[in-house]
Amino acid sequence: MLSRVADRIFWMSRQMERAENMARILGVTSNLVLFGNHEAQGQNLLAPLTITGTAEAFAAQHDKLTLPALIDFLAFDQSNPSSIWSCLRDARENAHAVRWQITSEMWETLNATWIELRGFGRRTMTARRRSDAARGELSLADSVGAEATRFFDWVKDRSHLFRGVTYGTIVRGEAFNFSRLGTHLERADNTARILDVKYHILLPRVEDVGGALDYYQWAALLRSVSAFETYRLIYRDQIFPIKVAELLILEQRMPRSLAACAAQVNASLERIVGQNDAAAKRLSGELFVRLTHADIEEIFQSGLHEYLTDCLDDINELGSRMQRAYLGTV
Amino acid sequence: MPSARQAAVQHYDEMRLAGGLARAHYQPLEQWLASMPPERVEEKRREADLLFHRVGITFAVYGDQAGAERLIPFDTIPRIIPMNEWEMLARGLRQRVDALNRFLHDIYHEQKILRAGVIPAEQVLTNEAYQVSMIGLELPNHVYSHIAGIDLIRHEDGSYYVLEDNLRTPSGVSYMLENRKMMMRLFPELFARQPVQPVEHYPGLLLRTLRDAAPRQLREPTVVVLTPGQYNSAYFEHAFLAQQMGVELVEGADLLVKDGYVYMRTTGGRQRVDVIYRRVDDPYLDPLAFRPDSLLGVPGLLSVVRAGNVALANAMGTGVADDKSTYPYVPDMIRFYLGEEPILANVPTWQCKRPDDLELVLDRLPELVVKEVQGSGGYGMLIGPTATKAEIAAFRQRLQADPANYIAQPTLSLSTCPTFVEQGIAPRHIDLRPFVLSGDEVRLVPGGLTRVALKEGSLVVNSSQGGGTKDTWIVDAEAAPDEPSESSPNPLSDASKSQSQEQG
Repeated sequence: MLSRVADRIFWMSRQMERAENMARILGVTSNLVLFGNHEAQGQNLLAPLTITGTAEAFAAQHDKLTLPALIDFLAFDQSNPSSIWSCLRDARENAHAVRWQITSEMWETLNATWIELRGFGRRTMTARRRSDAARGELSLADSVGAEATRFFDWVKDRSHLFRGVTYGTIVRGEAFNFSRLGTHLERADNTARILDVKYHILLPRVEDVGGALDYYQWAALLRSVSAFETYRLIYRDQIFPIKVAELLILEQRMPRSLAACAAQVNASLERIVGQNDAAAKRLSGELFVRLTHADIEEIFQSGLHEYLTDCLDDINELGSRMQRAYLGTV
Repeated sequence: MPSARQAAVQHYDEMRLAGGLARAHYQPLEQWLASMPPERVEEKRREADLLFHRVGITFAVYGDQAGAERLIPFDTIPRIIPMNEWEMLARGLRQRVDALNRFLHDIYHEQKILRAGVIPAEQVLTNEAYQVSMIGLELPNHVYSHIAGIDLIRHEDGSYYVLEDNLRTPSGVSYMLENRKMMMRLFPELFARQPVQPVEHYPGLLLRTLRDAAPRQLREPTVVVLTPGQYNSAYFEHAFLAQQMGVELVEGADLLVKDGYVYMRTTGGRQRVDVIYRRVDDPYLDPLAFRPDSLLGVPGLLSVVRAGNVALANAMGTGVADDKSTYPYVPDMIRFYLGEEPILANVPTWQCKRPDDLELVLDRLPELVVKEVQGSGGYGMLIGPTATKAEIAAFRQRLQADPANYIAQPTLSLSTCPTFVEQGIAPRHIDLRPFVLSGDEVRLVPGGLTRVALKEGSLVVNSSQGGGTKDTWIVDAEAAPDEPSESSPNPLSDASKSQSQEQG
């Protein structure tokens, strides 16, 4: 497969996954700001910016951190390359460039998503309400309302649809492999970031590990990665932070966990025949093995934040090595 | 050849004789149209509109920013050509493309035709499409224009004329294939009434032709289609043909030159490329050799072509043969290289660089069609009979300022074919572009792209100027069950008549 084509397919899938994750984070954040004191609200509003590394870019455009401003920036701002809007636009653009190498169903799904996206009223969710909020007529939480929730659900649905259409229609070959790589590399990156940032907010002191803290906040974190029901199913227990970490990092059965993503990435890479890809395959294998055999107690002893940072560095490095091995200039 | 004045009034009706009776090969279609209740015809039309509208939407939303892809309007009434007529056309096309390829080989080698004085040497050698880098290069089968699109029109007496040779990167074949697919989907019953010659094997013939061009003896040479990219107006066709042939669709950046060969960058490493079906114009092919600002090409490509390690289809430098200033000499080329009389006629052409011709042209400007030598797509031309006085005056100045840049022809009355328009069915002017493939042998599918000028009275069929397309049927009229008594109305060559007698 042409490197350019593989690159487009890789990013198409990655951007779709990124849009979904952003919708998840914003959906949960919209809920979280309903609770807690002013300080907690501020922390919860800041978290999405920290997770996506866009706090500076946000500050350059907005004076005040409010929920409508946050949603406006992370969901609709066309100048923000990781906004939902930008991700859906770029995913469609990439699909268009390779529409003869993917199935027509895949292309049509992304094209329809892009067309529908433009039907969503950005202002009904952000601009008008922002002025209401400025006048103090509505609380921050009220100001977002059902329209935004509907939008985030729609983004998730479109992502599910695209993934299902891809899985159900595309020939098992390089296009499939690179699509899977894009999806799971992005997902691993996202899960690691969410956990890192949220853990820091919810549990600043290591001594608190093991205690049952703010139930609602932990449930929200689990929900943001579709893991709430899974937690109940696997642990049949109240929510303990260390178990949340174990579930999101090491649980193979949890499809958004780091370990499950690493397994998918590794399996996809093994199916790809390339030259000069030993470095990428070695790192992928190491990451996979490390996550398969890790112990959550040991991770906490040496520091969760350090562990997740290492994982994020590896994911990032793996992306670079894949780019060099398959997608970049030979 | 009738005078231009007459030509503007009369035209050849493809479907009907002077008395209004349908010609033999249109009778099954006419009966079918007549047997259909008007509301059913209307329903079918709407269905066609809907299907194409849907496709159209898919194309229209392509690039919001740059070069949005438009849908070329499709007309559901086919253009029908009887088999014996097509056989004459096919022979004429083979003959013409054969001579043009011989001409291209000659001007890049011995230049016999120039030394014989058949064509003025400076006309060829100073032409900006003449590629010095092609001199002395040996190409497989001596083929330069592997894919040629020859534009034919039909004059009021029913005889065909070649309007233009397209030997660089002729487009439109995807519409020929898509139109047929759409017609078979909409009106399967029509195909049962008349045996229509198939065209669906074109991509297979194209692939064979491209493989024939490979510079090395290989069982399966690697062929790619080179496109300027997704914002090019013909991108749909590039992608379509690559997919139909099962080869990679590449952009310039996908290819690289290394150690004297061309490779494409793949996820599995570099893969050698043997034949490039390029849909990128000569000046953009190699920034090292031609336009340095070109991002569409491959640096060093020319050196590989020169070394004979990759083939381009079409070859570089074919433009010198389809130039409008070369066009008037094509009949002489046929005589010179083949020792035959041309089967297909040229439209009489005045070359404005000649003082006598220029005087005559300036004198008769309101009746003539004047074209730029290098122009294409219906741009930069004057159609005297439909132009305003002011337009003619303005064009006269341009013509006098640079006569060598123009040729003039009588205003030919393109034939008409019934076409669905707002008010119902009405005649509209058409032309025909068959595609000729030259490799180890010459290959043609029976048919081509029929373009139709949708505006009443308009003679400009180019899609860039509001033209549409029709499916083109070659039918074996002799095989039709209800053979009408009247003879073929067309003054065809003796050869085609004897052909009908043999079959009859």
